[in-house]
Amino acid sequence: MNIERQEIEKLATLARIAIDDSTINEVSQRLSSVLDLVDQLQAVNTEGVEAMSHPMQATQRLREDEVTEINQREAFQAIAPETEDGLFLVPKVIE
Amino acid sequence: MHNLTIAELIKGLQSKEFSSVELTQHFLNRIGSLNPAYNAVITVTAEQALKAAAEADMRLAAGNAPALCGVPILHKDIFCTNGVRTSCGSKMLDNFIPPYNATVVENFEQAGAVVLGKTNMDEFAMGSSNETSFYGPVKNPWATDCVPGGSSGGSAAAVAARLAPGATATDTGGSIRQPAALCGISGIKPTYGRVSRWGMVAFASSLDQGGPMARTAEDCALLLNCMASYDDKDSTCIDREVPDYTATLDGSVKGLRIGVPKEYFSEGLDAGIEKAVRAALANLEAQGAELVEISLPNSGLSVPAYYVIAPAEASANLSRFDGSRYGYRCEGPKDLQDMYSRSRSEGFGKEVQRRILIGTYCLSAGYYDAYYGKAQQVRKLIQQDFDRAFESVDLIMGPTCPSPAFKFGAKSDDPVAMYLEDIYTVATNLAGLPGMSIPCGMADNKPVGLQIIGTYFDEARMLNVAHQYQQATDWHDLAPEGVAS
Amino acid sequence: MSWDTVIGLEIHVQLATKTKIFSGASTAYGAEPNTQACAIDLAMPGTLPVLNKQAVNYAIMFGLAIDAEIGQVSAFERKNYFYPDSPKGYQTTQLERPIVGRGNVEIQLADGSSKNVRIHHAHLEEDAGKSLHEGNFNSNFSGIDLNRAGTPLIEIVSEPDMCNAEEAVAFARKIHGIVTSLGICDGEMSQGSMRFDVNVSVKPSGSETLGIRTETKNLNSYKFMEEAIKREVERQIDVIEDGGTIAQETRLYNGDTKVARSMRSKEEANDYRYFPCPDLLPVVVSDEEVAELRRNLPELPDARQARFVEQYSLSDYDAGILSSDAAMAKYFEAVTSACNNAKLAANWTMGELSARLNNEDISIANSPVSAEQLGGLVTRIADNSISGKMAKEVFEGIWAGEGSADDIIEARGLKQVSDSGALEQMVADVLTANQAMVDDYISTDEAKRKKKLGGFMGKIMQASKGQANPQQVNQILAQKLNDLL
Repeated sequence: MNIERQEIEKLATLARIAIDDSTINEVSQRLSSVLDLVDQLQAVNTEGVEAMSHPMQATQRLREDEVTEINQREAFQAIAPETEDGLFLVPKVIE
Repeated sequence: MHNLTIAELIKGLQSKEFSSVELTQHFLNRIGSLNPAYNAVITVTAEQALKAAAEADMRLAAGNAPALCGVPILHKDIFCTNGVRTSCGSKMLDNFIPPYNATVVENFEQAGAVVLGKTNMDEFAMGSSNETSFYGPVKNPWATDCVPGGSSGGSAAAVAARLAPGATATDTGGSIRQPAALCGISGIKPTYGRVSRWGMVAFASSLDQGGPMARTAEDCALLLNCMASYDDKDSTCIDREVPDYTATLDGSVKGLRIGVPKEYFSEGLDAGIEKAVRAALANLEAQGAELVEISLPNSGLSVPAYYVIAPAEASANLSRFDGSRYGYRCEGPKDLQDMYSRSRSEGFGKEVQRRILIGTYCLSAGYYDAYYGKAQQVRKLIQQDFDRAFESVDLIMGPTCPSPAFKFGAKSDDPVAMYLEDIYTVATNLAGLPGMSIPCGMADNKPVGLQIIGTYFDEARMLNVAHQYQQATDWHDLAPEGVAS
Repeated sequence: MSWDTVIGLEIHVQLATKTKIFSGASTAYGAEPNTQACAIDLAMPGTLPVLNKQAVNYAIMFGLAIDAEIGQVSAFERKNYFYPDSPKGYQTTQLERPIVGRGNVEIQLADGSSKNVRIHHAHLEEDAGKSLHEGNFNSNFSGIDLNRAGTPLIEIVSEPDMCNAEEAVAFARKIHGIVTSLGICDGEMSQGSMRFDVNVSVKPSGSETLGIRTETKNLNSYKFMEEAIKREVERQIDVIEDGGTIAQETRLYNGDTKVARSMRSKEEANDYRYFPCPDLLPVVVSDEEVAELRRNLPELPDARQARFVEQYSLSDYDAGILSSDAAMAKYFEAVTSACNNAKLAANWTMGELSARLNNEDISIANSPVSAEQLGGLVTRIADNSISGKMAKEVFEGIWAGEGSADDIIEARGLKQVSDSGALEQMVADVLTANQAMVDDYISTDEAKRKKKLGGFMGKIMQASKGQANPQQVNQILAQKLNDLL
């Protein structure tokens, strides 16, 4: 199953990964071969089969609504690329 | 000392034959001199280790110390260690020093174990050969021109080369079992939900499990006793008592029904591996077990299903790595989108990028039903195959890998060929079942692994049978050349 | 050509839990940036969500209040998109199986009629953090504060049952009344506790086909919502009448500049790639738990309105206004309790107080005039200590912080003269001093005399510096003049 260049560019945008023009063909080839592998799923009849998101039949535990976390801003921001006045800085968001 | 098992080391520490400090220094020295040949350990925490060893010695002296007190171990670099770099084998986290511990790390700390350092791994646990690490490939101590397996290649090689008596690792599609097999050691991936995933960097959340690697099943039992715990910080962790896995190692295998899936012995399986595995099964039969041929009809779908589900979950789990709050940020981003895309394409290696794209594709509008939706259904079919099988057998066994350790670069051009290395292991992750690999022979002068699959929470029985096999054989005692001296 | 408007609302309600939906960090308003953002909220590697029980309970309470189906098994999905205020690169929300299903809300309109608005569903999700575009940093950057990230929200999605801005505002107010009465939301719109997204489309009157709709996001006041709707309807009609087509897009409305604009182009129409969140298990709520919540539901606006009519003999209309907002209802009842005069309490609460609060954009919870103080004022009006006119002056004094009604009446000597002796004297004095007016009155036709009374009243009130009790003066004056005839 061949993945078109345009499709790859769309995926790259959605995933925020820059793909070089020079490598896009290689990427396309490799992705296509993986898709050939997974396309084998299409041959199976799964009518009436429940989709399985979790291996265990467990249910979600609920947590009591009590504050358990203390302020650790300093520790977390010590490893941040860029901060100021307690804020994380990122290049400006342009709407 | 490096030839002693963890069980033997514990006896030695408790009888004061040697101290933890001596033991720790010994392994640190070994890592210093031998690791460059294998590249198994990427961070050594010598100072912290010796400090912990000294504390352990005090606890041991005071008496009543926990089992693993003073025992040196390594952690796969996917477990967050407070104050110590946790890279996941990636440039993206090369500068990441977490201010918190994974629960697994915390458990070992409470038990007084001594952490020697962090092991190398396939980037973000994606790989079956440890060739994708930012820190360079890991070499198989049995054949240094060959891969050790992945993604826990560093932990496996370190244990095989006796740089540490035990190491933690993780398994999403075979990443404990396959490297254990290729490196001739023992490793177990517990039932999904047995070991807490808090602080264990997520690859595919519904498949990931942490587990131990060591040279023997008994050692794995000792380590699993410590790794397994109920953690309320992990919603998918199951609240179920952790038995003492070492207490039931001695039962006989008489009457044990072992299922042998016919699908696991088809073409594609290396002849040398088949021979060794069948010999191992014969050994167990001689000990009184009954071999039953079974069928897991949807086996052929496990790799395709896995390579939809794992990349899909990974594509979301890895979105947080965007250069904003920690980790790698590209130089001079010109705007926000540039920061995102360049940080991610410069920070992630090619295999990780590929899997993110595949995952994104499988979840996209228009493709979800055909890929992700379909794969989740196939997953159910695979689980049903196992449920049915376990109605008539107690354990399922077969080869861990289709081929022995291959040469570097042999499969890196063809992602699908690499993915097929996981053919016998991924089904257990999809079903959430526990799976183990122990050494059972050699093929082409390289180790062969026997895979043991149990039903949910049946780790005790698996370790018991593995231990019985290891009492009757000595494959697990073999060491690569030059390592045991 | 006449047009119909079709409006649907999505209301984001911040739940008043103490902690976040998936972490134990505090949700208290006004904290320093990132001091309430723990490792989970920051999406640090290896962190995992655990669901807040109170958030689930609050969501169910909302469902019960609108007679909705309660999703006794609900689940969470990941909605994938990149934005700095969404640290995981996905938002955890509900899609396939929300906690609250179909329900109904009845709204009252100004003309006295009522209308049913159907609720499609309400689901739990996590709030995002905040981006600041200006601050003590280079203007090429934005500053991200993740304190708000992870705050629990319920998103309430209506069917497109509303036909104009009035209905939309009435609906929004009704929801506000319900969630504040339930105590699940503090209703502080200025703090972002409730935000509205409006979906607007137009169609030729009578047509069955819906037009293309646009979404205007993040409105946080009724006034702005009303303006935005009106402008959008106008804009859409203009576009269509000019021969154009409506672009399906997301828009933002700036209430200060009164300008609406389209958000970043939708050509890369966001593909959110929803899939079930593997870190969270299905949420199961038992019949007993739902019954318990139902038993303990606080009084809802509709029930309260009925009670106000019954208990305080208020009109439906007045009861409606006073009961619509929990804070206002509480205030009104406290005033009534203090002064025992529901009618006056109602008038003053809905009238003078509300007008002043709205004018200065203060919520009733932060009113400078407390319920006790207003009660004190009403008591003095009711017992004739002060006239209605004086009361306004006293009210101003209380608002300005001069103390209670009694304090101000005392300090300014405003006590109404109601002593009949004193008043008799006062009237007599004025009549004596104004003989010409008296003669004029006597010589006037009986039919036209009533009009002349005002002149005497004016002089008497002037002489008493406004403190004479007007009703009593009227009586005495009429009597005295009669005697002179």
